[in-house]
Amino acid sequence: MSAPRAIAVAGIGAWMQGAPDWPALRGVLRGEHGLAGDAPAKPAANALPAAERRRAPDGVRLAAEVATQACAMAGCDPATLPCVFASTHGELAITDYVCETLARAPLELSPTKFHNSVLNAPAGYWTIATGCTAASSAVTAHHASFGAGLLEALALAAADDTPVLFACCDVASSGPLAEMTRTTLAFGVALVLSPAAAGGARLRWSLHHGDAAALPPAAMALRTVAGDNPANAQALALLAAIADPPAASLHLPLSPELSLDMEITP
Amino acid sequence: MPARIEPLAISAMSATSALGHGLAAHIDALGAGRGGLAANDFSSAHLDCRIGRVTGVEDVALPAALAHRDCRNNRLAWLGLQQDDLLDAIARIVARHGAARVALVLGTSTASIGSTEDAYRRLDHGHFPADLRRPEIHTPHSLAAFVADATGIAGPALTVSTACSSSAKVFASAERLIRLGLADAALVGGVDTLCDSVLFGFNALELVSRQACRPFDARRDGISIGEAAAFALLERADSAPHAPRLAGYGESSDAHHMSTPHPQGRGALAALGDALGRAGIDANAVDYVNLHGTATPKNDEVEAKLLPRFPRRTRASSTKGFTGHTLGAAGALEAVFALLAIEHGVVPPNLGCDDPIPEAVPWLALQPARQRIDIALSNSFGFGGNNACLVFARGGSA
Repeated sequence: MSAPRAIAVAGIGAWMQGAPDWPALRGVLRGEHGLAGDAPAKPAANALPAAERRRAPDGVRLAAEVATQACAMAGCDPATLPCVFASTHGELAITDYVCETLARAPLELSPTKFHNSVLNAPAGYWTIATGCTAASSAVTAHHASFGAGLLEALALAAADDTPVLFACCDVASSGPLAEMTRTTLAFGVALVLSPAAAGGARLRWSLHHGDAAALPPAAMALRTVAGDNPANAQALALLAAIADPPAASLHLPLSPELSLDMEITP
Repeated sequence: MPARIEPLAISAMSATSALGHGLAAHIDALGAGRGGLAANDFSSAHLDCRIGRVTGVEDVALPAALAHRDCRNNRLAWLGLQQDDLLDAIARIVARHGAARVALVLGTSTASIGSTEDAYRRLDHGHFPADLRRPEIHTPHSLAAFVADATGIAGPALTVSTACSSSAKVFASAERLIRLGLADAALVGGVDTLCDSVLFGFNALELVSRQACRPFDARRDGISIGEAAAFALLERADSAPHAPRLAGYGESSDAHHMSTPHPQGRGALAALGDALGRAGIDANAVDYVNLHGTATPKNDEVEAKLLPRFPRRTRASSTKGFTGHTLGAAGALEAVFALLAIEHGVVPPNLGCDDPIPEAVPWLALQPARQRIDIALSNSFGFGGNNACLVFARGGSA
């Protein structure tokens, strides 16, 4: 086990259809209310300039939405904030489009859709929209994408003693590829992790070697909300622990032999 | 200015590209100025261009227990892992520190999407064909998951996918994990294989040359796409006193455009400054720079504007005329070129440039040369304005 380190969650953003921000999702996680009916199917993503918003694929809109919420709650200027964007699958609808077009008429591939297909499209659009010149990254670890991406962000914050924006977003799959993925709805979460912030939930985190514990039952129940995406389930397990005092502990599996352990003090 | 880091030892490395399998083939080709680009015989439909294809990938057989991870990208990864005694070096590190104390951070831009493309070409009544109904190869993490299985590494495992800077940034991620005591060593690298997505995607962006790419040439007109597998093993410096060092790294964002670099190279300069700061050196100490040098009109124009930061004795070259642009593998492959320059005293020439742009002439190495290199840099710039710069140093000198 590594020595525990502490960090504050200074800002939280979240979006799913029917719970379009952290206060709404917190209410769902506390059992105070359900998901809102008749809710917009896409996030507003007002951080993106109008022209970019029209061109941006769904995953980019989702990432921009949750990142904006988290930065606003933390009172952080995105322009100077290093950022880590995680995703299990990236822009699934674009992957479907690219593969379908390549099979049918490869010379008709859209250049815009091609550059939107890269896993770092959210990081690219975000840094362009906010004028962020700090380091930005795009990472994935299949079903461990939330935990492994969070570890990357926590390590960056600790190593350089800097606040870091972390987002994990997945959109619904489409086309024949859908049978190979487990992502059935759009869900995104963003955290501003700050070594120095006084407010917000506090995380004490470490790596634990040995059999990784399963996610707690409450989080398992959230899997229907998570659209059967394990990374979403990991994210919801952490958000549930923050939403529902008192203190809780959580073990996010990174591999069969390794977990990211966290003590959470709301 | 970032704080200086403790240099890490690079105790083993390997490269497999259009130049051949393993380091010796690369040293020979760089020293002889012999490139590996050839007419495109890969894409599923005709595309008139040159490519950097690795020979023998089709004939690679994965270990039987890993057959469910079979795809071109993992075959190339397995081919790469078998060069230069790398698997033995990894086994020693795993035995010394324990599998869960070794991290795995790999870069790729398209991973095994070639298999997803193949499934769409061979749909069976709207469903993936039976042989490709394997979710583990239809995810961008397929490469790192395969390498973890193939090597027994069980520490933190992450895929970095920031387009063409992917496998440069892996060095930074691994350094942080080791510095914080979250791992004792790390296998880093990058693997990207030829696929229709990148060939027709870059073609759609009008960034593919019909000829072999001509970095920093006045008539350059685009990239040649290649494939490669490159790996490096990072450990604390006292574990390998004579091994070359990762001395610094810098990462930045352009905040400018998805597929065009900032016209003044703002992000590239920030990454360079960050990298030199972490290494605790200034630009006067740099002997060799492996340039990103894609041979697109824009990249090379902007990157040439960085060269006056270095003294005129600094040698600089793009090696993409040898291998093509290997995209998500380029950061690691060109890190290996920078490390080979230090180890063998070879300045790789900027192959494919007959009429260099005047701004680059004082620094550009056009012919193979031998000289002592103590400090070597590697630049990597990706889509979305994602920049990374790595600093390598001779063992004991940093």
